[in-house]
Amino acid sequence: MSILVNKDTKVIVQGFTGGEGTFHAEQCMAYGTQIVGGVTPNKGGQAHLGKPVFNTVKDAVEATGATVSMVFVPPAFVADAVMEAADAGIELAVIITEGAPVRDMQKAKAYAVKHGMMTIGPNCPGVITAEECKIGIMPGNIFKKGNVGLISKSGTLTYEGANQVVKEGYGITTAVGIGGDPIIGLSYKQLLPMFEADPETEAIVMIGEIGGDLEIQAAKFIKENITKPVVAFIAGQTAPKGKRMGHAGAIVSGSAGTAKEKMDALEAAGVKVVVSPAEIGKAVAEVLKK
Amino acid sequence: MNIHEYQAKQIFAEYGVPTPRGIVANTIEEAVEAAKELGGNIWVVKAQIHAGGRGLGGGVKLAKSIEEVEKYADEILGMTLVTHQTGPEGKLVQKVYIEEGADIKDELYLGVVLDRAKEMPVIMASTEGGMEIEKVAEETPDKIVKVAVDPAIGFQGFHGRELVFGLGITDKAEQRKFIDFASKLYQVYMDKDAEMIEINPLIKTGTGDFLALDGKMGFDDSALFRHPEIEAMRDITEEDPDEREAAKYGLSYIALDGEIGCMVNGAGLAMGTMDTINYMGGTPANFLDVGGKANAETVAKGFEIILKNPNVKAIFVNIFGGIVRCDRIANGILEATKMVDVHVPVIVRLDGTNAEEASEILKNANIANVIPATDLADGAQKAVAAAKGELS
Repeated sequence: MSILVNKDTKVIVQGFTGGEGTFHAEQCMAYGTQIVGGVTPNKGGQAHLGKPVFNTVKDAVEATGATVSMVFVPPAFVADAVMEAADAGIELAVIITEGAPVRDMQKAKAYAVKHGMMTIGPNCPGVITAEECKIGIMPGNIFKKGNVGLISKSGTLTYEGANQVVKEGYGITTAVGIGGDPIIGLSYKQLLPMFEADPETEAIVMIGEIGGDLEIQAAKFIKENITKPVVAFIAGQTAPKGKRMGHAGAIVSGSAGTAKEKMDALEAAGVKVVVSPAEIGKAVAEVLKK
Repeated sequence: MNIHEYQAKQIFAEYGVPTPRGIVANTIEEAVEAAKELGGNIWVVKAQIHAGGRGLGGGVKLAKSIEEVEKYADEILGMTLVTHQTGPEGKLVQKVYIEEGADIKDELYLGVVLDRAKEMPVIMASTEGGMEIEKVAEETPDKIVKVAVDPAIGFQGFHGRELVFGLGITDKAEQRKFIDFASKLYQVYMDKDAEMIEINPLIKTGTGDFLALDGKMGFDDSALFRHPEIEAMRDITEEDPDEREAAKYGLSYIALDGEIGCMVNGAGLAMGTMDTINYMGGTPANFLDVGGKANAETVAKGFEIILKNPNVKAIFVNIFGGIVRCDRIANGILEATKMVDVHVPVIVRLDGTNAEEASEILKNANIANVIPATDLADGAQKAVAAAKGELS
């Protein structure tokens, strides 16, 4: 088992024929992901990487039965693409695109929610169910199958965390990179119960960072609803206030959104909080041995 | 991206958000001309820098004659203004804004920001104008009225009513004026892809009119591509030159005050690396995300920028190679050390795809000050030791 995606998931790629879309679609296919086609306006009817190209998401869904879309559309057009996916009945859009205007994502997410479409990202590495299905840009070889679920705002910290878990002799069920923008799709609060319900997941790693209050919401949720052990790391303990640390959402405004308040809230909720990402693997081993 | 007060007020004026009349000046002569053109017998001379707290720092002066305008413009232009937001080094004032005096009866606060939890813009208003709003939020949160506006429906009458009743504005004419003010400000926020707008204070005059006495605006960098008119307002002298230089090469750089330079791929891991250095007893000198394509050129540029900081005693290169293989990155780092004279120890941790090959490459290259590390903890430890001169 796993969450969100597995070996049977049918995926289309929006922005299929572009440079990024092509490169990563190929990598995903090599990993075993069922990429069943893609969408590029005005290229409908062509074949790309041996898969059909469609003009619209509607056409693609009708012809392929895809339920998930991996979105590589450039920032200026990404909201349009996400809303198109929602309108066409896609169940989950994984938005890799970095640099989408906040106002656009606000609109696109509200529309997706209204249409019952889940979103992941934007500005994220995607989602991977180990050894089954990779929808995104992460290096697949790091993610060995196992019993640890992972939720992270950061791409490279996802790899770092997964790699440590594997080195400790464990592995990953599903890892979800939720992205570091101010407005994102699925977050800890929606993903934690999925891992709680997944029989194969025995422990959960959550990696957060400064800015916003998603981790605080997660802490409250964990306290009341999650029985599986959770290990957390919050990046940016040494980040200065008022500075944007790479990710558009990683900023301490005033006194809100600091690493400390998030770490305290998680600790109070019974989460094993580590001070350095170098300790994620060991902490997972510890909670699993209990 | 942020803009100056006078620029924010230009935008306000375009939307009919009332502001006092004012003219920006680059020289003392221009300041005097501006005061004459504005007329009247009272003016405010205001330093234009991208930081709050200007009044307390001596950057805002009330002038009661043309001579005083001249005197204050002379004082303020060219001064290094230090406020709680500039840091101890302060900011050089290159422009002043000459504004007509206003009849202040009440000082209020009005702002628009993104409420990340609600995922909507929120209008914040308070009767406690002129104070730092974060302080108000902490000490007397009930004095802040927050009204979230769903962009799908835009600013409606009820949003306005919640604001004026929340603020205790009872006069009907004043209610109308305030609601009009707030709805226009919301429109500015939406149309211009602003990240935040803050008017502190927003004043009520003796005649019951509302005026933006101050104006602060920040914009969503990701949306600037569709706002050339905002991009044109960029004042590069307000931006950190090293951060700007780094950005040209796709690097995200922020200077800190420690001793260990950091070069990392990915913003999260970059912060995590700083945190780990701190945890191990060292101090990070910077945040630096080299992005997804760590190659010889970007790494060389990264070294160059890090080494501009004279406090740097060691550099920790922490790369988690994913799609980009570690052996390639190792060769890139070696090449970069030839392009830039790196005079401090460089601890290199490469993990991920082809990490072992990378480690071999570094070992075989046998460059005196390039020290390989096996993982994040090992690398951070070695960097901390190297900065203290304890690494042989």
